[in-house]
Amino acid sequence: MNKGCLRLAMVLALWAPTVHALQVVDDRGVTVTLAQPPQRIVSLLPSLTETVCALGQCDRLVGVDRYSNFPERLRKLPQVGGGLDPNMEAIVALKPDLVLMATSARGAERLQALGIKVLALEPKTHADVKPVLEKIGQVLGVAGAERLWSEIEASVRATAQSLPAQVKTTRVYFEVNRAPYAAGEASFIGETLRRLGAQNIVPANLGPFPLLNPEFVVRANPDVIMVGDINFAGMAGRPGWNNMRAIVTNKVCIFTPAQSDMLVRPGPRMAEGASLMAQCLTKVLQ
Amino acid sequence: MTDIGRQQRLAARLVLGLLVAGVFLVLLGASVGSTGFEAVLSAWHDPLALQIVWDIRLPRTLGAWAAGALLGLAGAVAQGLFRNPLADPFLLGSASGASLGVALALVLFGVSPFAAGWLVRLGLTGAAFVGAVLAVLLTLMLARGVQHTLRLLLAGVIVGVVLGALTSLVMLMAPEVMQSMQAFMLGSTGFVGWTSWLLMVAAWLVCVTVAWMLSPVLDGLSLGEATAASLGLPLAQMRVALVAVLALATGTAVAQTGLIAFVGLAAPHLVRSVAKTTHQRLIVLSSLMGGVLLMGADVLARGLMAPQELPVGVLTAVLGGGYLLWLMHRGSRSPMRI
Repeated sequence: MNKGCLRLAMVLALWAPTVHALQVVDDRGVTVTLAQPPQRIVSLLPSLTETVCALGQCDRLVGVDRYSNFPERLRKLPQVGGGLDPNMEAIVALKPDLVLMATSARGAERLQALGIKVLALEPKTHADVKPVLEKIGQVLGVAGAERLWSEIEASVRATAQSLPAQVKTTRVYFEVNRAPYAAGEASFIGETLRRLGAQNIVPANLGPFPLLNPEFVVRANPDVIMVGDINFAGMAGRPGWNNMRAIVTNKVCIFTPAQSDMLVRPGPRMAEGASLMAQCLTKVLQ
Repeated sequence: MTDIGRQQRLAARLVLGLLVAGVFLVLLGASVGSTGFEAVLSAWHDPLALQIVWDIRLPRTLGAWAAGALLGLAGAVAQGLFRNPLADPFLLGSASGASLGVALALVLFGVSPFAAGWLVRLGLTGAAFVGAVLAVLLTLMLARGVQHTLRLLLAGVIVGVVLGALTSLVMLMAPEVMQSMQAFMLGSTGFVGWTSWLLMVAAWLVCVTVAWMLSPVLDGLSLGEATAASLGLPLAQMRVALVAVLALATGTAVAQTGLIAFVGLAAPHLVRSVAKTTHQRLIVLSSLMGGVLLMGADVLARGLMAPQELPVGVLTAVLGGGYLLWLMHRGSRSPMRI
């Protein structure tokens, strides 16, 4: 009996380190356990890649997806496909001790079956950025996530305060693509707009990225249009659009692809995205 | 008589050729990928290289064969059953049913984000399979059974269009599933592991056995409904069984690899362009042909842009479409053999 107790205690003592191992619950609800902070990371989502780098751990990345284009130095890393078509073999060949990917990405189960740890996180809102920062900070075993988050928040707030008062009555249409899909109040972009104090012509009940009838935009007659440069071409030529207030008064902000990345990625650069949007609003409100 | 003998010899040679090509492609498939051939050489002493060759390249190569074999078999059965050379495995609405199943599953999983990982995987492949089978059943219901080929064809087309539209609607209502849906639509063999492979091989064995036993009815049908009926075969039951084979083969392949175009349509035509034969042989030959086609396409998809990879579904559509067009043009000069 005593001997049994002793053996049990020994077994428990042996298990103790793993109990204290790093444990994080990811966005799939899966508990990911890591014996020590990962040193070889593959990231398959740009916002997660940027988060790792923002925490100063860019050097731990050994591979990224083809859309992770920031910071610039990542372009030297091997690309292992995209979130929709990750290349299993290329990932395994990099011997990662952690793969960061979106919950909507493919291949998480396959990678786990091949013995690779997968942490699936998918930030979608401003509020999501904080836990993602914290979880990645925790997994990497680095401090600074809290501070980074408060800096981002402070910066967004300061940007919002710097805007003139008439922004409150400014109604914005943000076009995602020419279908036209719009960024509604419920989207990440819509959230940035709201925090800057501007109005969105697409209400939250239409969903984050509703497919609009072009007529809706004409009738809403926005004060400002925000659009990527690829989608702007020919916008004034759409039937009925040439008489819209924003087009007539040329209150259109056109973003380059690099700028769009900042606007649409719920990651550490969201304050810069907000600042871009604020610059646009300041310019057109003058 | 001599002509039949010649065709039989051709068919036998084709079987041999396809088997040799299959073995060759498996070996090639094991040695092509993002890290290249050296992975095979170092597999004996490097556990990572061994894992790449044994756990990634081999199951996906053999998986491509199995999926292609299922689609080729389904294509041959569909073309015989509908007496239509344009029939393909997705004709009865199975592809759009599978897409709708996946879209709905994604929306439902989105509601409860705490579904465990394995459940999600089981759910998606399962949803695709259930969707495909339900779509075929819906087609059968609309066509009121399998007696009228034309009605069955029409019902299949209608079910395909309507379910496709419903899928678009689901994606519009829940745009967050769009990304994952796109991944499913780009058929890929990149995620096939040993379990998926086993599942496909098991389904293939069942399908090929049943289709082999029922092939006389396809031969009968090729001479016309009346002739088939006059052979004294239990036509209705056999047709139901063949439709079940079609649904099982397509559903399994779609669930494991997503939508892969043209293999099912092209494989029987390629076989017929070499040897004219009975359906019994055609079914087996089409199956082998489909396997070799998809395996070849998979090797190409990995090798063309290495270390990048093309989705194999895109490649089969381009190559299969091109080849079929060439076959048609050649056929228009000499009498077409379909």
